[in-house]
Amino acid sequence: MTNVDAILASGLTALDAVTDLVELEQVKARFLGKSGELTGLLKQLGTLAPEERKSTGAIINQAKQAFEASHNARRDAINAQKLEQQLAAEALDVTLPGRGTSAGGLHPVTLTLERISALFASMGFAVADGPEIEDDFHNFQALNMPADHPARAMQDTFYVEGGDVLRTHTSPIQVRHMLTHGAPVKIIAPGRVYRVDSDATHSPMFHQMEGLWVEEGVSLADLKGVMTDFLRRFFERDDLQVRFRPSFFPFTEPSAEIDVLGDRGWLEVGGCGMVHPNVLQNVNIDPERYTGFAFGIGLDRFAMLRYGVNDLRLFFENDLNFLKQFN
Amino acid sequence: MQFSEQWLRSWVDPSLKSEQLSYLLTMAGLEVEETTAAAPAFSGVVVAEVVEVVPHENADRLRVTRVNVGGGELVQIVCGAPNVAVGLKVPCALPGAELPGDFKIKPTKMRGVESNGMLCSGKELGVPDDVDGLLVLPSDAPVGTSIRDYLGLDDVLFTLKITPNRADCLSIRGIAREVAALTSSPLTEVAIPAVAPSHDETVAVTIAEPARCGRYLGRVIRNIDASAPTPAWMRRRLERSGLRSVSAVVDVTNYVLLELGQPLHAFDLSRLDGGITVRMARDGEELACLNDKTVRLDPGFMVIADDSRALAIAGVMGGEPSSVTPASRDIFLESAFFAPEAIAGRSRVLGFGSDSSFRYERGVDFELQRAASERATALILEICGGEAGPVSEALGTLPQRDVVRVRPARVNRLIGTDLSDDAIAAILGRLGLPVQRDGDAFAVRAPSFRFDIEIEADLVEEVARVYGYDAIPDRVSASRMSMLELPQDTQPRAVLRRKVVARDYQEVINYAFVDEAWERDFAANTDPVRLINPIASQMSVMRSTLIGGLVDVLVANINRKQARVRLFELARIFVKHDGAIAQPEKLGGLAWGARAPEQWGIKSERVDFYDVKADVEALFAPRRPEFVRSAHPALHPGRCAEVRIDGVKVGVIGELHPRWVQSYDLPSAPVVFELDLAALDAVERVSARPVSKFQAARRDLALVVDEAVEAGSLLATFAAAASPIVSDVSLFDVYRGRGVDEGKKSLAFRVTLQDATRTLTDDDVEAAVRGLLDAVAAGHGARLRL
Repeated sequence: MTNVDAILASGLTALDAVTDLVELEQVKARFLGKSGELTGLLKQLGTLAPEERKSTGAIINQAKQAFEASHNARRDAINAQKLEQQLAAEALDVTLPGRGTSAGGLHPVTLTLERISALFASMGFAVADGPEIEDDFHNFQALNMPADHPARAMQDTFYVEGGDVLRTHTSPIQVRHMLTHGAPVKIIAPGRVYRVDSDATHSPMFHQMEGLWVEEGVSLADLKGVMTDFLRRFFERDDLQVRFRPSFFPFTEPSAEIDVLGDRGWLEVGGCGMVHPNVLQNVNIDPERYTGFAFGIGLDRFAMLRYGVNDLRLFFENDLNFLKQFN
Repeated sequence: MQFSEQWLRSWVDPSLKSEQLSYLLTMAGLEVEETTAAAPAFSGVVVAEVVEVVPHENADRLRVTRVNVGGGELVQIVCGAPNVAVGLKVPCALPGAELPGDFKIKPTKMRGVESNGMLCSGKELGVPDDVDGLLVLPSDAPVGTSIRDYLGLDDVLFTLKITPNRADCLSIRGIAREVAALTSSPLTEVAIPAVAPSHDETVAVTIAEPARCGRYLGRVIRNIDASAPTPAWMRRRLERSGLRSVSAVVDVTNYVLLELGQPLHAFDLSRLDGGITVRMARDGEELACLNDKTVRLDPGFMVIADDSRALAIAGVMGGEPSSVTPASRDIFLESAFFAPEAIAGRSRVLGFGSDSSFRYERGVDFELQRAASERATALILEICGGEAGPVSEALGTLPQRDVVRVRPARVNRLIGTDLSDDAIAAILGRLGLPVQRDGDAFAVRAPSFRFDIEIEADLVEEVARVYGYDAIPDRVSASRMSMLELPQDTQPRAVLRRKVVARDYQEVINYAFVDEAWERDFAANTDPVRLINPIASQMSVMRSTLIGGLVDVLVANINRKQARVRLFELARIFVKHDGAIAQPEKLGGLAWGARAPEQWGIKSERVDFYDVKADVEALFAPRRPEFVRSAHPALHPGRCAEVRIDGVKVGVIGELHPRWVQSYDLPSAPVVFELDLAALDAVERVSARPVSKFQAARRDLALVVDEAVEAGSLLATFAAAASPIVSDVSLFDVYRGRGVDEGKKSLAFRVTLQDATRTLTDDDVEAAVRGLLDAVAAGHGARLRL
């Protein structure tokens, strides 16, 4: 039966030479197909003597299995090679830019407002809001600034026809809030405010944020504590030097300006004070029972300090090249 | 208020350097805005007397002088100044001197002649005067004295920002009083002896407004020389306080104003007709004021009048016709107290004020008039000569100073300290607010110079201020903490803003006052809310729409070569409504340019209505607003929709009207939207429903309808006709062209059907779809495209 070995040897040689699956199947048919060479040998078994038939059959089957194993290995190899070629062909230039749309961005004053709101929210201050065209009562009188009071000259006011004003500060929001909610109250109130003034450091419209905490036992020490904590968190500097300097506002007493020590000396960042008893009385809160503080800071100024912007007007020119830096 | 440190130190001289004094004032509430040296640094300059002047042999413009500098030998100096002359006293820089600008003086030869120093002009010393040439010193200037000492140049000019409550600090005396209190230094008051009258002429004074004029002192001074020069010491103090020397009498009144804080006025006695009356102005009464302005008065103004006319606006400004001139011989000197309420607001009405009105409207010490009158009289007699008459005094109603109680416990509670009663009493005492024990409180009566001590809080402030804000602890009391409300039916603004940003819009902030034309063009608003005092005509009305500002920002950015602009703003608008002004908040947006940023993988197409509509839908999601064709003055009439939620208008979207595209010089039309923030704020908390476990069926329906039929109307009909198993109908294709007749369009819808309790059979699905088809066939003539 040397014939079997010869046929297997030629079959294995033929498998080695094959490079694609079609050819592979043709080789398989040539040896194992209906009229294949190994199949032919099996068909001839019937002509052999029974004792010879058994041993010869085993030899042919071994050859058949060897051929099949080799065939499978060859098929896997061809498939692996094909996949490799396909993957190589499908390779991308991963350095091309991603596709699709982009995102916009928020104005730096809004970013600053959100940051400040988050800091005060962590201390339990809620956000309040109010109208920008205000009446004399809410903008001035309730805040202890009667008509012709010299303090009114501290704020150059825009008047609208009919006698109302564009609010000169966010303080009327505290008046409205206390009138509707009473005490205790713990709010911040950001918004646009207006004064007749326009140059590199003044805009006729700008942003302020008012803060107000009225509760039994709130003192000037609390005011100093809250504002110092806020300023150090906002500027992320635990060693920031903060000073409170006596000043005058008609609606607080005692009053203070808040300065922080910067590279070029003390810099004014806001005004504050203990809510004037007349203001509390004007909003029907008993000043004997409740005390509280109020403060006002310039959001634009905080944005300028935080982002290193030196001209206030940039915030209102809306040049996209400027605004997109903050995205 | 500006003043000379040297002048202040003549009243109170604490052992503090200038910078320390400045810090002390600032931290006591008298903010020092600026300190400047009276003169730049220089050294080695002394008073010299010119003894000899001869021509220079080699130069026509130079002279050779010999000057006495007090050292025994005369010094030879070559000088080029035109005004050099024998006998003059001038500043002389000796060898070794250093002048401003790093200029060192050495012995030298000028055109061959030895020169051992330099005679100086004011400019060369950094103290410019009007003279061309050498600074000429008074003839009694002591030779050899350092010029810095002689002219008091080692002085610092302080500029204070005095808050409106501290009128008592608008004088050297007031600031000195404060410094003395803060440092416990002795206060040296200027001695003011009464001037004995040398005649008995008086002018009768009538106060017709006793509530407004509490005191009026008058004095006649006769036979003065009004043209006498103001002495150098007084001129220097005035100049260092920022006032120019005018004439001796005016300078004296200004000097006393600065020194004591009492406004004074001098009239030319010969111009007075009869007696003085303090009365309200008559309607239309005219007065030519000292600042060359003629004003028409009304009864809101108080005047000082004689028998025939108004002479001065009380507390504000004198009149030109009765003013003192160099030729005046006899004068009438006024020293009065006017109530703050009588003067407040007057300068705003007039459009001008004065140092007097500034002080009167804040409060002048009502016990100061006599001292000020005596002080001014003495100075006038000293400078101009003359004879003073007696002081005549008319009285109205002077302010009352009520007792104010301050409880030490309240002080500590308000400022968070633990001060003893004695410490509090001591602080108040130093401020000239002596206390008397009254139960658990101290009783204090404010002195006549303080107008800001009316209630307890005023005294608390004084204690806090003098104790020092720095000394008050920083701490947050362990108050009851409570969490903030977090309502789920309101969308936080920060969340909304981020949704807009995620749709690729850049936030902008525009002025709320705009050009009136924008209101007309973009809102057809012919009656906007107008400003009475706008800063510019193009910022004269309050906006009723955000669109104008957005278009303006678009134009500006196109000019800066931006190719794609997407903007939003969140702000209030202002609309007249039922006699009031409504101020709702709006979200405005604008998109212009390519749909997507320029890139390699997406074809560049211009953004259109539907792109922006998707943005608006995303902002309202999961609520689905309705878009209804409508008209808007800013927008293209065929490409504009009203946005509705539950049938209520909440906004508008559309392409800018071609008319405005042209007139605002835009290369193409942007798509804009403006939405009510209140509608965007409101969100619904999700209430979960069970999800069906049974398979959904889908059917696609291509329907041919007339071009005029809106997709939304088909969707509405589907919604109305849908059986409960129809869970969704959505439009996925619009087709016109081959296979669809002219004037028609094909709309393809995908219908999703599902039941919560069972798998649907084909019959269920067919019946439901047939119901939908029948409804749109009947309602819109829609037929299935085959």
